[in-house]
Amino acid sequence: MSDHDYRPKSRAGQWFNDRLPLLTLANHLTDYPTPKNLNYWWTFGGILTFCLITQIVTGLTLAMHYIAHADMAFESVEHIMRDVNYGWLIRYIHANGASMFFLAVYIHIFRSLFYGSYKSPREIIWILGIIIYLLMMAAAFMGYVLPWGQMSFWGATVITNLFSAIPLVGEGIVTWLWGGYSVDNPTLTRFFTLHYLIPFLILGLVVLHIWALHVPGNNNPVGIDIKKPSKDTVPFHPYIVIKDGFALLMFMIVFAFFVFYAPNILGHADNYIEANPMVTPAHIVPEWYLLPFYAILRSVPDKLLGVVAMLSAILILAVLPWLDTSKIRSAVFRPLYKQFYWILVVDVLILGYVGAMPAEGLYLLIARVATAYYFLHFLVILPVLGFKEKTLPVPLSITEPVLGGSPNLAAARNKESKIE
Amino acid sequence: MKSLFKLFSIIIIIITSNSYSFAAEKVEYLKTDWSFKGLFGKFDRASLQRGYQVYTEVCASCHSMKYLSYRNLAEPGGPEFSEVQAKAIAASFEVTDGPNSDGEMFTRPGKLSDKFVMPYDNVKAAQAANGGAYPPDMSVLVKARGGGVDYIYSLLQGYEEAPSNVSLDDGVYYNKYMYGNKIRMAAPLSDGLVEYGDGTNATVEQMSKDVTTFLMWSAEPHLEARHQMGFKAIVYLIILTVLVYFSMKRIWSRVESEV
Repeated sequence: MSDHDYRPKSRAGQWFNDRLPLLTLANHLTDYPTPKNLNYWWTFGGILTFCLITQIVTGLTLAMHYIAHADMAFESVEHIMRDVNYGWLIRYIHANGASMFFLAVYIHIFRSLFYGSYKSPREIIWILGIIIYLLMMAAAFMGYVLPWGQMSFWGATVITNLFSAIPLVGEGIVTWLWGGYSVDNPTLTRFFTLHYLIPFLILGLVVLHIWALHVPGNNNPVGIDIKKPSKDTVPFHPYIVIKDGFALLMFMIVFAFFVFYAPNILGHADNYIEANPMVTPAHIVPEWYLLPFYAILRSVPDKLLGVVAMLSAILILAVLPWLDTSKIRSAVFRPLYKQFYWILVVDVLILGYVGAMPAEGLYLLIARVATAYYFLHFLVILPVLGFKEKTLPVPLSITEPVLGGSPNLAAARNKESKIE
Repeated sequence: MKSLFKLFSIIIIIITSNSYSFAAEKVEYLKTDWSFKGLFGKFDRASLQRGYQVYTEVCASCHSMKYLSYRNLAEPGGPEFSEVQAKAIAASFEVTDGPNSDGEMFTRPGKLSDKFVMPYDNVKAAQAANGGAYPPDMSVLVKARGGGVDYIYSLLQGYEEAPSNVSLDDGVYYNKYMYGNKIRMAAPLSDGLVEYGDGTNATVEQMSKDVTTFLMWSAEPHLEARHQMGFKAIVYLIILTVLVYFSMKRIWSRVESEV
């Protein structure tokens, strides 16, 4: 934030900038001092921006051809796939784009968990991120309902029915959400409206997310506060722009593979069967990115408590900055936390796996253990670890370990490069 | 860098293995060499045309294909009948049109712009004619079944005598690839059921392959365009990625930091 004294060179530029300081903003964004040791895990912020814009642009195009009506939605999607010019391409980008969006956001979140990016002074960035994540889940869920296939219909039925677990007013809320006594046309039209609205809410929150980021500046793999600008930083442009661009291209190759060669692999076959309220599919499963939470929901025998557990699993993240008592940010210098971090990653993957399986027998048992561990990690392990853990010495600056200024830093750097 | 590659490959493996796990719990499907699989996969034109013949002579008496039009038969990437042939095919069907200026519905020969004629007027009529079972619409059938083309291909050849411990109701048949092994459709194919114009021997296996190929096209009419564009897009992205990588290296060489 060292650019308050920026002044455009041209007279016209000065005239405009005095009235609306857009050029100052542009200057701030290009000069923004960024830690020079950011690794590739830090490129997912840019990738996520790309995902959001891609979803909005393809979504707008689809909305021009889609018909939000229970009798016509499925047919209009087939119309897009067959008769709209490149409609198949736009729809496959949009449908797979949702998965790519979540893939990127999970990497982004777990990067934050590893390097302690949620800690002071970045709590607001983190909480804004959690709200964005919640809105993403809502948007994705409602988007999946729009093609009005069997999984759309029954997924909508299962998820909206969760609200009936609320004591006293639950049933009333469900009827209100549905706009009737079952998932039907009124449900579809309101889901379409909200699915259209939410991305723009997310866009607004992303602006706040980045704004809040630009106050303290980026965290970095070493997790220390750095002077800005200094030897430890590089200007955002061109250094970070080109690096983010490179990572984005790699990401786009994966994205393109799914769109062109496996466009339906992430979806469920049942969603190519038109919604039929009289026939229930054998297994009702949400999209892969919601599976861990679905597993948590089903692992609790009581409906209300299951819903509470599922919501808590997400909301617990919002208070994470206060649950983690350690003053050290980066897991590079926290040998114990690092191990628990990887156990958590495995735990979430296990939850995702059992979420896709029928909730019975061994799967249910595994889901229960994994759910218990998930909460144990955040509610017990993290708070205690902050007091008990013996952390490694932290370097004073980013350039220091590079230049090898202190005896402990070689070890620290060695560990750091292992993660990269 | 390396970790990024590793991560992507791990994630792809996890995701794909996860979605396959549903199919994995069922029986092993029959396999055949589908020409439309792979990076450059294309439909076998002759097979598509034969498949259309099987569909229209066998399946179409019960199964609709309501999202297809006769014009699709002449479009690039499909069976690619000539326009004259497609027009003749369309004209061989009676289409209900109207109302005319007297307010009456009337029938006329089909045109290229008409949708495929439906075998039944509505779902109830279809159920009534098939002992209560509704023959599903076939337009996107391949994508609506977990096993995809392999499942359809196997199902058509999966009819067997029921094992002695399985009792079948009237109008129910045993099929080893059907979910639960009980199917309401009698074995639709038998050797020599259709007579192929190109002299291909119409075995059950051959007809199954042809009609499944046709169903794959009907579910994914732009598959060929998708594969062609995908290859170009990915090659373009790889070249651009390499160029950007070297520019990045060059730009970052100005600072003492690795990238």
